[in-house]
Amino acid sequence: MSVSVAQRRYNKRVIVLSLIYAVALLGAVYGFKHHLLTGPIAYVAAVLPALPIIGIFAAIGLYLVEEQDEYVRMLMIRQTLWASGFALSLTTIWGFLESFDLVGHVESYYVAVLWFGGLGLGGCANRLTLGRGTAA
Amino acid sequence: MKNRLKVLRAERDWSQGDLADALQVSRQSVNAIETGRYDPSLPLAFKIAELFGLTIEQIFTSPSKDTDQ
Repeated sequence: MSVSVAQRRYNKRVIVLSLIYAVALLGAVYGFKHHLLTGPIAYVAAVLPALPIIGIFAAIGLYLVEEQDEYVRMLMIRQTLWASGFALSLTTIWGFLESFDLVGHVESYYVAVLWFGGLGLGGCANRLTLGRGTAA
Repeated sequence: MKNRLKVLRAERDWSQGDLADALQVSRQSVNAIETGRYDPSLPLAFKIAELFGLTIEQIFTSPSKDTDQ
């Protein structure tokens, strides 16, 4: 299956942002572990790993703007709806369980992990309901 | 939405890939439209009609006139 220009750009952006994320996270972990970060710099270092993740959300938005194939664009929109529904549902359930002291605290950035997992679920849902589009 | 895309394509001996290239969309999109799993937007429907030199109604069956439903 051919990959559109928009998909190529999206893949490139996600790869670059993932590398930046890895560097920022490793740097922040190292800095905090060795007590090198204090004051305002500590806040900046703590927020740095979040920025490339926000960048990936923006890359998905840019992809939706740039994708010229309306059917492929619709597939991605369905995936993002699945991702949002999945992440919001699980975090809502977890939030109530946590407020009644039935489960432990989970860092809120895991909502992004759930959302990206939901994208995968959305991809499966697309294949199950719309097929792979491989028929002759 | 039912359509005659497969027939029209076969008459011209075009593959789904050929039609996709002519419409500047993916083969996956052509397949989804052809099998009725996706209804194209009005601009894409016009593009398809213009490519075959037909009107939209000559290619796509209006859901209100589809007696099988």
